[in-house]
Amino acid sequence: MTATTSTTELAANRRDIRPGRIIAWTLLLIGGFIMITPLLYMFSTSLKTSAQVYDLKLIPVAPTLDNYFKVLNDGRFMQWFFNSTFIALTVTASNVFFDSLVGYTLAKFQFRGRYFIFLAILSTLMIPTEMLVIPWYLMSSQLGWLNSYWGIMFPGMMTAFGTFLMKQFFEGVPNDFLEAARVDGLNEFTIWWKIAMPMVVPAISALAIFTFLGNWTAFFWPLIVTTSKELYTLPVGISSFSAEASIQWELIMTGAAIGTIPTLLVFLVLQRYIVRGVMLAGLKG
Amino acid sequence: MASVNANPQAGPVRFWDRLNIGTKRVIWAWTFLALPILFYAGIRFYPTFQAFWLSLTNWDLLRPAQFIGLANYQKMFADPIFWKVFQNTFLYLIIGTPLSLVISFVIAFYLDRVRFMHGFIRALYFLPFLTTAAAMGWVWRWFYQPVPIGVINGILSSVGIPQQPFLRSVDQALFSILVPAIWAGLGFQIIIFMAGLRAIPGTFYEAARIDGLGEGAILRKITIPLLKPTTVFLVVFSSIGFLRIFDQVYNMTTNDPGGPLNSTKPLVLMIYQTAFSSYQMGYAAAQTVVLFTILLFVSLLQLYVLREKK
Repeated sequence: MTATTSTTELAANRRDIRPGRIIAWTLLLIGGFIMITPLLYMFSTSLKTSAQVYDLKLIPVAPTLDNYFKVLNDGRFMQWFFNSTFIALTVTASNVFFDSLVGYTLAKFQFRGRYFIFLAILSTLMIPTEMLVIPWYLMSSQLGWLNSYWGIMFPGMMTAFGTFLMKQFFEGVPNDFLEAARVDGLNEFTIWWKIAMPMVVPAISALAIFTFLGNWTAFFWPLIVTTSKELYTLPVGISSFSAEASIQWELIMTGAAIGTIPTLLVFLVLQRYIVRGVMLAGLKG
Repeated sequence: MASVNANPQAGPVRFWDRLNIGTKRVIWAWTFLALPILFYAGIRFYPTFQAFWLSLTNWDLLRPAQFIGLANYQKMFADPIFWKVFQNTFLYLIIGTPLSLVISFVIAFYLDRVRFMHGFIRALYFLPFLTTAAAMGWVWRWFYQPVPIGVINGILSSVGIPQQPFLRSVDQALFSILVPAIWAGLGFQIIIFMAGLRAIPGTFYEAARIDGLGEGAILRKITIPLLKPTTVFLVVFSSIGFLRIFDQVYNMTTNDPGGPLNSTKPLVLMIYQTAFSSYQMGYAAAQTVVLFTILLFVSLLQLYVLREKK
């Protein structure tokens, strides 16, 4: 007990009785595997033939990639995959740019109306998307935005959440750096882009992760604004494909797997940043 | 003056030079905000007012909207389906939020102390958060199928429990949809709880131990009270999520959305059908106003609870 361990966990560990910890650890591990059971079954079934679907073994007897060839050869999935990637990337870039710019302006510039603008943007957090979709739909049909990438993307090009998150972080950037840059004759845009932005990279990556994930999995608005299949995003495509496939569960699971694999791969590579980003966004946002 | 060629007004260079630094910065600020202000005005505020206005009209996409006063609201409050949907929405909320918070707190509490394979176990719990609800809805739907297809009924029958109808039953369908909704959100809540647990200074625990408090007392007197901001955030975040549930319900009940017999239909699905299947835009707008009011109430409650503490 004399060893001074400052971190909570270590202090707690010391007091725990060994068998209790082993039981807790084992239960946590079992719980974790239960959590990913749906994913495991999805992948396993996507590797089975239609005849094997009925045996509920987790490990396929004779795994085959046929379902993937069948689903991808159709061509539609490739198109939806491209649509989703393009849309999620574009919206993410737009949010990183504009939310940061607005957050920076609200954090670092003094001008009349600043607080009003901040409150106005913040208040939009209270407005649910569902309330806006009917006016957006009306707007899109009048302006010819239905069935277009822009139509899917425009509502999310900036978010109050991102602006608020970035403002919080820019407030932590010391003014001395910005003043020094001003003395050097840099203009305000360059100061923001070249000096301030690199100082809040963790916040930018948190924002980027959240925006990308949110748009990659978005379902409600893309379902409303797209009617032609070429413009479906992956979630809308999976939904319509699965409804068509009706009882061909191995194909449905393959479609679901295709929608899940990219985010899982990205997670495996960037696990640490994603978890940290989620923590940052959750605590500061 | 090196900065001359880098100013935003290309033409009147002399005019720009004569401005003092403060004024220049104000101009920069409004330049940065110009496009965002247009965005928020045109794509957030204007549509909000429009939604309120449409809720007072009989707009149906074909004929121009006519003002009909509160008729949509009267129709809605007299509609038994609306009340059924209202009840469903609150069932999702009242069961989903406490259940998911208790589970995620317990997991976070123990996972936080685990050192061995911590990252791996955390990843197992976090992975479902990264999935697409529309895709996973279908996976769960398959799980719930009767024998010989469904995995859950397969397991039940192998241990001698009778088959359950799950999504086909008026009584079980809502809970069957709630399970994947909770499942998908757990990872996020666990991560946030763990971040909250780590933010509690270790000295608090040491002091408590010196005072001779047991594990249970420490949990009740230190951990849970100090975790309040995190808990309030998660309560509100997940409440809003359950109140807006749509993706899972839509995908798990495609042949009869919100069925059987409206037993799973949440408010957002009703809005979707009213607006985009029956094209009663005015009536749907009135339903969105109800959703807005409920969510506003939840958010204000959060502000109130947090304000009180500080």
